[in-house]
Amino acid sequence: MAAGGSIDALGQFKLEPALGHIGASVNFTQANLMMVVAGVLTFGLLWLGMRPRAMVPGRLQSAAEMAYETIYGMCTEMIGPEGRQFFPFVFTLFFFILFGNLLGVFPLFFTFTSHIAVTLALTAFVVGLVTVVAIRIHGWHFLSYFVPEGVPALLLPLLVPIEILSYVSRLISLSVRLFANMMAGHVMLEVFGAFVVMLGGAGIIFLLPAAFSLAVNVALIGFELLVATLQAYVFAVLTCIYLHDAVHLH
Amino acid sequence: MSEESGEDGPSSPSFEERLKAARGRQGLDAPPPLSARDTGDMGGMSPWGIGLRVGVELVSALVVAVAIGYGLDRLFGTKPILIAVFVLLGGAAGVLNVWRLFAPRPTRGPKVQDGGR
Repeated sequence: MAAGGSIDALGQFKLEPALGHIGASVNFTQANLMMVVAGVLTFGLLWLGMRPRAMVPGRLQSAAEMAYETIYGMCTEMIGPEGRQFFPFVFTLFFFILFGNLLGVFPLFFTFTSHIAVTLALTAFVVGLVTVVAIRIHGWHFLSYFVPEGVPALLLPLLVPIEILSYVSRLISLSVRLFANMMAGHVMLEVFGAFVVMLGGAGIIFLLPAAFSLAVNVALIGFELLVATLQAYVFAVLTCIYLHDAVHLH
Repeated sequence: MSEESGEDGPSSPSFEERLKAARGRQGLDAPPPLSARDTGDMGGMSPWGIGLRVGVELVSALVVAVAIGYGLDRLFGTKPILIAVFVLLGGAAGVLNVWRLFAPRPTRGPKVQDGGR
């Protein structure tokens, strides 16, 4: 944690091979392991939750139903009636990110969404899907998305590149938002955790600041839970908004 | 209240409208203008969240523009020109992103409703 008196805040994001020799031989890291765990947990929530098929749902069934209805409502509300066909995609995306974020709050677990490679891959998939959907529905008319309405033709050579840049910048803004939020939270946790150890070991007069750091860390864990859920939600909402734009153009 | 009762008076022709208003008063219908789409999903966001979001939008457009400008410069061998042009375009695109974030969306409401019917 605090190697040689300095705080190694970024060491926690290092990828290590998981599952012993088998994992090492195929580069199966702890991030991949956590992705599998997130997938299994999502599947388990729905499968175990819906198994009783009770008229009055129990706790787990309530959770599963609420999850389904929340995302379903989000899809149909934001995309329109066409949103139903994108529901499985948005649902999978939301729960993959949500469980990825939440797993990272537990000690000894790894947050795979704190790697920009992961979030950028997810975002590239979203933007690619949005573009493919738009082209399939609208064909060449899709290009009119980059032409703002009611603008004199003289300005179009200037405005069309700006619109295209704005479209492409979704790739970065969506991925960096998730990645930065998760990484910043875990760096803060690490820094204050290191404070506790360093101050606690420094002597009796530093016990009070050490306790304060511990209190901050407790508050940060709660804040992390909020950020984890909120960022997964924001990612899903923005995916829905982009899909709406793709389906309806503007 | 007085405004609403005026609408609900016997002069109001449409039963649908009165039903909708009544349902809205009772909170039975989720009010459409409050959906995250129209508020630019800023509803539950803290000032920190908004600030971070604006920063990310501004910078991301610039990053993409610089990357494209640099790549095109390497491609055509016009070293400083295109990157300079794209920095300006990227800044403009960033401002456009932020504008989209905060702008009221007057054309959106009816369009969404049309799609819903």
